[in-house]
Amino acid sequence: MSSTPSGENLDRRTRRRGDAIFRMLAQGSGAALLVIMAAIAVFLVLQAVPALNADTTSFLTTLKWAPDGTPSSFGIAALAFGSVLTSLLALLISVPVAVGVALATSHYAPRWLARPLAYVVDLLAAVPSVVFGLWGLTYLVPNIIAPSTSLNHYLGFIPFFASNGTYGKSIFAASIVLAVMAIPIISAISREVFIQTPRDQVEAAWAIGATKWEMVRTAILPYGRSGIISGTVLGFGRAIGETIAVALVLSANYEISLHILEPGGNTIAANIATRYGEAGEIGRGALIASGLVLFIITLIVNFGARAIVGKNSRGGAS
Amino acid sequence: MTLVGVASTVSSALIRTRLSAWSLTAIAVGTVAVTVVLFAATPMQGRVAFLLFAAALYVTALTTVSALVEGRRRAKDRLVTSIVVACSGAAVLPLIAVLGFTIAKGTAVLSGSFLTHTMRGVAEQDANGGIYQAIIGTLEQVGLATLMAVPFGLLVAIYLVEYSSGRFGRFVSFFVDVMTGLPSIVAGLFIFALWILALGQSFSGFAGSMALTVLMLPTVVRSAEEMLKIVPDSLREGSYALGIQKWVTVVRIVLPSALAGIVTGVMLAIARVTGETAPLLVTVFGNPALNFNPFSGAQASLPLFVFSEAGLPNETAINRAWAAALVLILVVLVLNVVARVLARLVSVRS
Repeated sequence: MSSTPSGENLDRRTRRRGDAIFRMLAQGSGAALLVIMAAIAVFLVLQAVPALNADTTSFLTTLKWAPDGTPSSFGIAALAFGSVLTSLLALLISVPVAVGVALATSHYAPRWLARPLAYVVDLLAAVPSVVFGLWGLTYLVPNIIAPSTSLNHYLGFIPFFASNGTYGKSIFAASIVLAVMAIPIISAISREVFIQTPRDQVEAAWAIGATKWEMVRTAILPYGRSGIISGTVLGFGRAIGETIAVALVLSANYEISLHILEPGGNTIAANIATRYGEAGEIGRGALIASGLVLFIITLIVNFGARAIVGKNSRGGAS
Repeated sequence: MTLVGVASTVSSALIRTRLSAWSLTAIAVGTVAVTVVLFAATPMQGRVAFLLFAAALYVTALTTVSALVEGRRRAKDRLVTSIVVACSGAAVLPLIAVLGFTIAKGTAVLSGSFLTHTMRGVAEQDANGGIYQAIIGTLEQVGLATLMAVPFGLLVAIYLVEYSSGRFGRFVSFFVDVMTGLPSIVAGLFIFALWILALGQSFSGFAGSMALTVLMLPTVVRSAEEMLKIVPDSLREGSYALGIQKWVTVVRIVLPSALAGIVTGVMLAIARVTGETAPLLVTVFGNPALNFNPFSGAQASLPLFVFSEAGLPNETAINRAWAAALVLILVVLVLNVVARVLARLVSVRS
């Protein structure tokens, strides 16, 4: 068919065109992904600005949330405080447990048990957050009252455990639910790094007569530090962005209080879910503004995690 | 000290007495007995408290005995092993609790009529009503999101593996990571700000599936990228050697070799977004009646149904929430298990 030179040229050109189109499609998809990320920032800002202009008080320092009131007044202070407090408490609970699970699945459990255990913990990540919220609401909240009362009774002199005598839908309960949701992330990432510990370091520890714990402390934990750190940061990102579970478990108020056992507290994400239905025009803009703050926090957290991991892995290699 | 002397000290340290299996059993039986007596004689009660107390007592006794017989180092080692076991229990327990609770509460309400009826005209305290509208809504929203996210995500993955070189590729890859960390509520607010506020569209299933697409994309890209990377270069080179164009090679040779792995990743991504509630709340809004058309008007969805019923101060409503949660959890877990079994089968063959 392509015996003439011109025919051969034509054939080659159409073939190149197919390649060029496919390449453009693939590259265009990559570019479209960047456009989506940029659009998220742009449209959140665009829709937040009118509400921020209508706000008669300072957005960064106001505690209360009354954007549709006259005059409109709302601020991120109490919400941001609640988000950070619940997430940090969740990490306080979940990091030790998750590192323990990671050690169990990487070095402690026998082979026949390690795989199913890792699998079950992974399934924990698959349970929808609304189901965790429902469980927190109907099971955890009623059952947390007794331990909260004893914590307050014996440790009430510490400000965290002070209380006005009521317990239940508290920051403490929300943190436990968030901790359960963060465990699979932290343990999966820590485990990945633990099992990559150089074999000679482990063998060297055994060879000088170390017990298992001494081997873990001198070989695995120092090597796995970057994994624990990046897992923790990603777990923080998961906890601070969690909306529905917290909205179901917390009874919302807009105060800054360290009394984690008392009902009350709120987070940026949960506030969006609970106030969205009733929000008017300014109210919706205000919620978008709070979402923008959440977006910025998670961006900082993600960049931070990458920087830490990058630095540590370079340090580990040298 | 002579060499023989050193050697004997070392060997005596090495062969120091260790606790036998018999003594471990004795400690366990002893702790349970002490706990039983304590719970009978003092106001302490409750099954959970019993287990916790017995476990704590066992660990304390074991560590103390070990410190006396085996020395401090062994005792510390035993303590840490106990802690690791306790951590595993603490991580597995919530899953069992949540699953057990959902099954127990959910099966009480779940029935054929619950699956085939809607909530139209059903008051919150009425016992009838069902989740038909929510099942249809979730199927349509997740289906549309899959239709958009899979081709898009595959193309991005193909770009990253087959074409990208240099700065732009690293840039895209970096933002895929950033997208992975995007909170789901922010994805919902983005579509709300763009589609509903800026473009003046109404709440709809399609708006929800756009938000779900944003959440599915990074998962699909990352899993497909991993799979494409492990396709051996010899396959590509063989294809080029036969004079086949690059894009035909990618579509006909590389993609089919990685297909099973890509399907696994897509199923995990579907499982992830099926349970998403927050983004749908601000884009789909929820609807007690059936709306078949995902492109117009508010729709229902399973996770939204669970959320709205759970928020009602009414026992029958909360029971409906549990039944819907059971259906949701079954769908998500089945997707997960099938995806992982598939992954295992494929990895064994290769």
